[in-house]
Amino acid sequence: MSSDAMPSQTADAEPANVEPATVEPDSQTDSPREQIAPSPAPQAPTATPRAPSANAAKQGLSVTLEKLHAFYGDAEQVKGIDLEFRANEVTAIIGPSGCGKSTMVRCINRMHEEIPGAHAEGRVLLDDADVYGPDVDVVAVRRAIGMVFQKPNPFPTMSVFDNVAAGLRLSAGGRAGRGKADMHAKVETALRGAGLWDEVADRLSEPGAGLSGGQQQRLCIARSLAVEPEVILMDEPCSALDPIATLKIEELIEELKQRVTIVIVTHNMQQAARVADRTAFMLSGELVEVGPTQEIFTKPSDSRTEEYVTGKFG
Amino acid sequence: MNAQAPAAAQFARFAVSPARRRKDRLARALITAGTVIALIPLVLVVYYLLKKGLGSWSWSFFSTDPTGNTFFKTSSIGGIKSAILGTIEIVALASVIAIPIGIGVAVWLVEYGRQSWFAQLVRFFVDVLTGVPSIVFGLFIYIVLVVGTGSSYAGYKGSLALSLLMLPVVIRSAEVILLLIPGALRESALALGAPRWKVIFRIVLPTALPGMVTGILLAIARAAGETAPLLFTAATTRNTDFNLSHFMNSLPVQIYNDVTSPTTSVVNRAWGAALTLVVMILLLNLIARLVSRRSRLA
Repeated sequence: MSSDAMPSQTADAEPANVEPATVEPDSQTDSPREQIAPSPAPQAPTATPRAPSANAAKQGLSVTLEKLHAFYGDAEQVKGIDLEFRANEVTAIIGPSGCGKSTMVRCINRMHEEIPGAHAEGRVLLDDADVYGPDVDVVAVRRAIGMVFQKPNPFPTMSVFDNVAAGLRLSAGGRAGRGKADMHAKVETALRGAGLWDEVADRLSEPGAGLSGGQQQRLCIARSLAVEPEVILMDEPCSALDPIATLKIEELIEELKQRVTIVIVTHNMQQAARVADRTAFMLSGELVEVGPTQEIFTKPSDSRTEEYVTGKFG
Repeated sequence: MNAQAPAAAQFARFAVSPARRRKDRLARALITAGTVIALIPLVLVVYYLLKKGLGSWSWSFFSTDPTGNTFFKTSSIGGIKSAILGTIEIVALASVIAIPIGIGVAVWLVEYGRQSWFAQLVRFFVDVLTGVPSIVFGLFIYIVLVVGTGSSYAGYKGSLALSLLMLPVVIRSAEVILLLIPGALRESALALGAPRWKVIFRIVLPTALPGMVTGILLAIARAAGETAPLLFTAATTRNTDFNLSHFMNSLPVQIYNDVTSPTTSVVNRAWGAALTLVVMILLLNLIARLVSRRSRLA
């Protein structure tokens, strides 16, 4: 591939993108939101019909990977993946440990390049805007594409309320609420969205780290919801949780897809079967197969997929 | 058969052999002895400080400047007011200079420089700086700011010498604490769409603060007790002066001058001043610990 069409992004180039000036909300002309997610132009047809949604105000966007390669130094961990995550659907990524699932997902919101020496090549389209494009502000990308990590990681110095508000305050210049009442309303909406409001409404000022593991993970989901992303990436969000907490997160995922597109990496094939509309199977950095979840688990077209989902390896 | 073996034999299987028991006793005795030996000088220092220093403490000891009148037994030698205030002023200015710069360097090393050759170079020089004798910093400031400008001693020149002394201590201790902050914390903030500078100011530094306080206190305590860098940068004078561009007295310099005096009452004032210095650093420690504990809970 030509290097000018697919510029490699390195961590070294990143600090230039965090200039506060580029995220000022006042500059209407070059708003980072518009750079990343322009309203679909008629001449740029996307192959993704938007799913009907109960919440018409907020919709997810499709994500398309084109020839995505990811490297740690010289080691290629993701070896050229073409894959589409449809808007307002849940797509699960399954595959054995070390197959590049997490690395691939971290490329979508450009978190991969945060690791020293790591870089990615190829294109990642959010709707029809390349998040690896030349003038893209990574900060704006991450605002549009939220992420939930394997281990619940609420900010230890902050209360429950501040943890959720942190999403807004830290990304201020984006869509942060200015007034106090406004902030409170947004935090409540985010906590309700994460199904946590009823459990924490009377302990908003307590430390976020004092909640149970499952509650902490939903707090982290609320924190990313507060920024109102179009896509949420979940990197094994339930692997540190017990079955009851896992069930709650899975129910939440079902609700959330009304509003956002969800990509979930999971080691747990039953979980993929329960929550995902579509499932992708990866092996050794390559995409083996993607299709409707039902199909992947019952009549996969690739023999390796069949061996994996039936437990012959991995 | 095990089941039919006598109980004693069954226990014997797990018994500690006499040789191991002896080695254990010997090792414990050595470790305990080492601890006690290390404590002896500490206890003696505190004992002599209290025994000799407390006697010279009085209200006028803290509220009057040293007079320099040591020849006539009838007249007062004065107290250490100017030395206390001078130390507070000089160390405060040194802290104001060294702490922000030191934390800034540590943040750069951890968040930006990482393992780059320049960061490694900075680390190397900081380590070298840690080992530089304090009098060298005094000499440097003396050459540059006293001789170099053809001017006289001043409190702020002493502060600069002390801040050079504090800088490597602050940098290294802050860097160690910043490295302890889990990467997942930075990642989760970055993934929210936070610019890097906000991640540092709103997430990394507040989380690291309680830990960094310890290193900062160590640096302040070290600077407050230094005599050499102040001797030919800020001292010496007897009068209380709040202007940092004038000569300024300080506790270590006062102690240094007093212990060399042939007059017993003046030597006793040195003991009193030494005790005062120790108590001041102790109080600073307590206050900072209370503050950082409160901030951690909030």
